[in-house]
Amino acid sequence: MKKNRNVGIIGVGQSVYSSHREEVNQPEMINEAVVEALESAGLTIDDVDCIVHGNMELFEMVHQPDLWHTLGTGALGKESLRVTTGGTTGATLVAAADHLVASGLHDVVLAIGFEKLQEGHTTGGITNMADPLWGRQLQTGALTGMTAAQMIEEFGEERAKKVAMKYRILMDQHAMKNHKAHRRLGLSPDQADELMENSPQLVGELRMIHMCSQSDGACAMVFASEEKATALCDQPAWIKDHVTAHREEMFCIFGDAPVLSTHRYAARKLYQRCGITNPREEIDLFEMYDPSSWWGSDWLREFLLLEGDEHLKMIENDEIAMDGAFPVNPSGGVIASNPIGATAMVRVAEAALQIMGRAGEHQVPKTVNQALASGFGGTMWTVLTLLTRQVPW
Amino acid sequence: MPSDFDTSDCYTIPGKLALPYTYFAGRVGSRFITTLRDRHKIMGVRCDHCDMVLVPPRQTCERCLRDLSDQWCEVGTRGEVVNYTVVRYPDRHQPRPVPFVLAMIRLEGADTPIVHLLEEIAPEQVVIGMAVEAVFAVKTTATIRDIDHFKPCDS
Amino acid sequence: MARRVGICAVAQTTYQRDKWHERFQGMALEVLEPLLEKTGLDFSEEQGIGMSISVSDDVFDARTISDNAMTDVLGAHMRCEEKVAQEGIQALYYGLAAIQSGHVDVVLVLGHCKESQGKSRNMVTHLAFDPFYTRPVGLDFTAAAGMQAQAYAAASDVTDDHLAEVVARAGRMARMNPATPETAVYSREEVLASPMLADPIRAHHAYPVSDGAVGMILAAEDRARDICAHPVWITGVGNCMDSFFLGDRDLTSNFALKKAAARAYRRAGIDTPRDTFDVIEISDQYAYQQPMWMEGLGLVDEGRGGAWIAGGGPDAMKVNRSGGMLAGNPLLLGGLVRAAEVSLQLMGQAGDRQVADARRGLAHGVMGPAGQFHAVAILERD
Repeated sequence: MKKNRNVGIIGVGQSVYSSHREEVNQPEMINEAVVEALESAGLTIDDVDCIVHGNMELFEMVHQPDLWHTLGTGALGKESLRVTTGGTTGATLVAAADHLVASGLHDVVLAIGFEKLQEGHTTGGITNMADPLWGRQLQTGALTGMTAAQMIEEFGEERAKKVAMKYRILMDQHAMKNHKAHRRLGLSPDQADELMENSPQLVGELRMIHMCSQSDGACAMVFASEEKATALCDQPAWIKDHVTAHREEMFCIFGDAPVLSTHRYAARKLYQRCGITNPREEIDLFEMYDPSSWWGSDWLREFLLLEGDEHLKMIENDEIAMDGAFPVNPSGGVIASNPIGATAMVRVAEAALQIMGRAGEHQVPKTVNQALASGFGGTMWTVLTLLTRQVPW
Repeated sequence: MPSDFDTSDCYTIPGKLALPYTYFAGRVGSRFITTLRDRHKIMGVRCDHCDMVLVPPRQTCERCLRDLSDQWCEVGTRGEVVNYTVVRYPDRHQPRPVPFVLAMIRLEGADTPIVHLLEEIAPEQVVIGMAVEAVFAVKTTATIRDIDHFKPCDS
Repeated sequence: MARRVGICAVAQTTYQRDKWHERFQGMALEVLEPLLEKTGLDFSEEQGIGMSISVSDDVFDARTISDNAMTDVLGAHMRCEEKVAQEGIQALYYGLAAIQSGHVDVVLVLGHCKESQGKSRNMVTHLAFDPFYTRPVGLDFTAAAGMQAQAYAAASDVTDDHLAEVVARAGRMARMNPATPETAVYSREEVLASPMLADPIRAHHAYPVSDGAVGMILAAEDRARDICAHPVWITGVGNCMDSFFLGDRDLTSNFALKKAAARAYRRAGIDTPRDTFDVIEISDQYAYQQPMWMEGLGLVDEGRGGAWIAGGGPDAMKVNRSGGMLAGNPLLLGGLVRAAEVSLQLMGQAGDRQVADARRGLAHGVMGPAGQFHAVAILERD
């Protein structure tokens, strides 16, 4: 691949994430993120050439919502593009903005991901994803207990449950330092045993405490060409590469056929393209789309191409903590905040803030030269985005 | 698909999207609604930068992105028809049996017209430029339909 | 300077009132198979399709994440599949950007929509309106178009007779287009006698409800020349968003279309758009839009659409030889079908409706109430 030109992230804006945002309507909530992103980039809306917009229509039941949202996005008179890919939408928005700038079509692009889940019925909306003939009677929204069962089978009940709960508490400790995060529960490690037993069960060992939130919120990011980014920003976060690995709607209906992990596949492809041989050493930080602490724990192995129980050890020995050797989700991750159409973008945005040194209280105590962000959605879809501190190409 | 495709064994599955939605009007929208409901006043917002009075009110000026949330100004309950259409196709989302008139009405003191129902006049007699006034709903719904409709001014 | 991007192959289904016996995936497969056959492409990692862009809409499909249902068709097994949830022509814009960025070399674009699936197309577009100010009064795209048509009638020389001619001509053109087998052919008198729908729009002025799918293969210049003998180059794209509230706009100003066109012309290096295009396809969802959008594109004098129609302008300028949107295709796909049609013309594959030696064409798409969003693409062959 030869990238036409480099693209830098020069501004990030996030609304407050919360389960209820009655005081703002949809375009107003989006506008919070837009205003903050423009301020953080030192730009006005006049400097923006194109708006990229995405969310899932049936979560709020607004047809082509970018039309109404023009009231808050600043798209009036500008070019615009609307892309959506389910949970990965936010990462796809980043990819789209990257393409629009790298292609030379635009110098400055503002991308916006949003969801106001409180206004709709999330589980009902997700259930409508399933095929009306083959799957709709079986779908249970996005809740599945399979990963927990598999981890328990592989590593034994006690260790698996402890790891998942440790992961959960670490994420909450991170979220406590991120004032934008939705759920900041103030959990402490000595609550682990009690939570493992008493948190309400959703499906099997997937308990309420493990699961991501349902949030209202918007995220906006400003992308600029190398020339503009260098002129406008002391330390942009540069987009080195991104890989999207989607897969077909149904892939585990034929008994025991092995399920190929999109996470591992996408990671291999990304590392190969970017010359990364030891991701744990060469990548300084990872913002993962972790819908539950079971998935977050399990997927670490896939994304980092680990074998055996290496990933469990990374959690057990605090390696993924904010001040650990391989910090994961200093923002608190998806378990803390999950405005779905924005969620995957927030991962990239938070990774970018860490590179830019603008993460505030949850800034990790080391220089971040290279950061990874993942998006998750659909039927095990993955988007991986790699950001760098140095101009990459 | 070939045109001689045999459809005798093709089935359809009836479906219905019936999910609950609750939209939040936000601070600005809520004040518009409560002012309308409780005081029968129609409020807009003023953007000094763009020199415009905007109805319906919104938190942000679409043109310059300035915050207008405390730039309230009252506009008239009378106005002028600047455009209209007669809706003649029945559908479930419509507020009235057809035919009914949807008009763009520029209220006194406003720069941007709003779209609302125009009644108490035969569709054939509607003309651009005619003066109309708001008729407030007897029973409140706490929506823009607390203006039940507009009607031609008496004089 | 970014590399050129060519359209290498185009395929579409027919557009018909109710394909009740086909799943939308089936319609899409009907498009995918000829595309792969014509180009010899597959989904292999090295030389295959590097990115699939679907065009669909969750509300029309009544499926959350509607592209999830398309993954099997789009070869998304571990591959990049993304959905443009906007006017279909925007998939061209996105595909162009993805190839010019250097990220991928070959892109599949595939749009589908079954308007027949829902009870009412107007109920879908009603949901594009905000829940506080505009939904409660029952607005939908048809009612919004009625108001724009009213304003345009006042601001231009276009009469009911002119619009009857636009519709009658669309029917005649559609007869030459195998993709629109069901399109009604009305006489001018029949159009004039048809009842009002949303004054001054008559029932026959509105595009029919239809189901269908359309797709194309885009490739970077070097790959495009390998894949096909005469790629159609995307030389200019442009789009623009107008205000949301109808009252915030001047409905006859063509604000968004003028900007979209100016951007496309600039990127294509076109200074004087008139007499530049051998074939023009515009999304005329309602009859008044054909002259109005032509004015907005700067191809007809402002306010003079009526004289243009009376003078045989549409035939002379080869506008909507396919029958246009009035001949039928789903709302969401309008611009993408237009771009497919221009491509067929430039490839010399337009059959009975072929324009001799067409070298440069314009395709247009529109979305939103009363043309809130417009997009324009300029296509050329060597």
